[in-house]
Amino acid sequence: MNTANPRDFKAATDTRVLEAINPSSEYFDIPEHEPLRLDGNQLLGPVRVAYQTYGTLNAAKSNAILICHALTGDQYVASPHPLTKKPGWWEVMVGPGKPIDTNRFFIICTNILGGCMGSTGPASINPKTGKHWGLDFPVFTIGDMVKAQVRLIDHLGIDQLFAVVGGSMGGMQVLEWAARYKDRVFAAVPIATAAWHSSQNIAFHEVGRQAVMADPEWAGGRYLELGKVPRNGLAVARMAAHITYLSEEALHRKFGRNLQEISAKSFSFNADFQVESYLRYQGSTFVDRFDANSYLFITRAMDYFDLAAEYGDVLANAFKGTKTRFCVVSFTSDWLYPTRESREIVHALNAVAANVSFVEIESDKGHDAFLLDEPELFATVRGFLNAAAERRGLKR
Amino acid sequence: MLAPNAQGQPRFDHLLIAEMVQHGSRVLDVGCGDGALLQLLADTKNVDARGVEVTREKVNACVARGLSVIQGDADRDLADYPDDAFDYAILSLTIQATRQPRRVLQELLRIGRSAIVSFPNFGHWQVRAQLMFTGRMPVTENLPDAWYESPNAHLCTIKDFADLCRTANARVERAVAFNASGQKLGTWMPLTMHNVLGERAVFMLTRKWAG
Repeated sequence: MNTANPRDFKAATDTRVLEAINPSSEYFDIPEHEPLRLDGNQLLGPVRVAYQTYGTLNAAKSNAILICHALTGDQYVASPHPLTKKPGWWEVMVGPGKPIDTNRFFIICTNILGGCMGSTGPASINPKTGKHWGLDFPVFTIGDMVKAQVRLIDHLGIDQLFAVVGGSMGGMQVLEWAARYKDRVFAAVPIATAAWHSSQNIAFHEVGRQAVMADPEWAGGRYLELGKVPRNGLAVARMAAHITYLSEEALHRKFGRNLQEISAKSFSFNADFQVESYLRYQGSTFVDRFDANSYLFITRAMDYFDLAAEYGDVLANAFKGTKTRFCVVSFTSDWLYPTRESREIVHALNAVAANVSFVEIESDKGHDAFLLDEPELFATVRGFLNAAAERRGLKR
Repeated sequence: MLAPNAQGQPRFDHLLIAEMVQHGSRVLDVGCGDGALLQLLADTKNVDARGVEVTREKVNACVARGLSVIQGDADRDLADYPDDAFDYAILSLTIQATRQPRRVLQELLRIGRSAIVSFPNFGHWQVRAQLMFTGRMPVTENLPDAWYESPNAHLCTIKDFADLCRTANARVERAVAFNASGQKLGTWMPLTMHNVLGERAVFMLTRKWAG
């Protein structure tokens, strides 16, 4: 599967590790004497929170929107990725005149705790050993990611975020914010997400993790020290995961049974089919920008997510007394976070008579739809944020 | 379900409902459609307005307009709300399309301190006349669909609805019937006359039971 020149690949790894330690973006360091208390009860500090901002914070500091990224996302929501040079991952949604309008709002996007684009994570250096953390990094939760974001928001002097917005794992962070920091979230937009990770989702994650760990180059998680990279394992994990982000219809529409640059089957295990070639490409480009151990830890955090369990198994208790305005969004063809799971969030919010909008968007693009050109999604987010901004007294 | 009004012109039953609702109150409009009533209440009464609507496209249009609306259904989704969650629970021209009108009515009375229900009157003289003289299911301006296409599963007359209120332990605080041109019928008229001349009716109800 590795067709790249080994030297290029070494250089790519070095740049990637550099980016994990010294991000191109802005960052804030949580000092060692004020460590994060993680849900696993360890103290972690110092902690670096790498982030990007777009737009201008108003004098009242009332127009800030925090965008939470998904599993393999980063802080580069609306600006080019420093490694891939590709446009920001949500430029269809965020920018001047876009639904999340940078002319009007101040956008903050952090790389999550445990990520590999500059926030402290398993690829960072453990100050106690001087080596990469690797598997010594403490297992963290979605709640811990949010704790790190809270410190950044404190540091920026923002009492209340105008909105917290995110899809997939980003949506989990949105829910955690809304439950734990009720007074600090005026509006919340959880998209294509769930209040707990389903058994099926845990199962897919386990396949991914086992693929990484089965790669000898993973070396018990010490690959960075040893100058190795579990390329094949991480690529297979990405390939499997990528299938879950699409839908059968989307795959069929995109590839059907079409052959790749050949006129007949090769009677070999080459990537005859376009869909194979596509997945291989997705896998191999992913390893150039993502850390394998980060992937293990972050998928674990998602598996552990169960907001109801944190509140006596009654999801509604998580939202008791909330004044936040919610806009819950799901997609018809998303089988990873199906509408049913969004509806559970809506039911819980109704049970506390919260102000909630809920929209299911017709799309055949599967879970990935939230990142793509979906005019109905844009209209929903724009309309919801505009109405909320009016309530918040923000000028147009 | 019912013929829509001319664009931009508030429906007369909406205007009456807006008149019944107090300024700044909490309102749930069940079956809110395109959100016209919610918008009217938000604009004229500054209410905290929420809606439930079954049709996905209509929900999305409402949310894009900035209204707080969820995709849901009167028969299934009212059970989630706590008692007294709203000052008014409104069911506007929707009860005839629910599967279990009595249960829906009781849910409205539970989650709202007051319930406001409007419905097309199947006792209206035009409906009676059509059935009598053509021998076929009536199709009127108020009930535009053929029987096989109509979502209306439980049509009733004003007298039927008054009976349901009694069975469901609802106190009728106010009841108004409109004729075909949108004029309120005089309160001096006996119920039987309302039942013949009223094309639509609006009832404001409270629960008789404690709590």
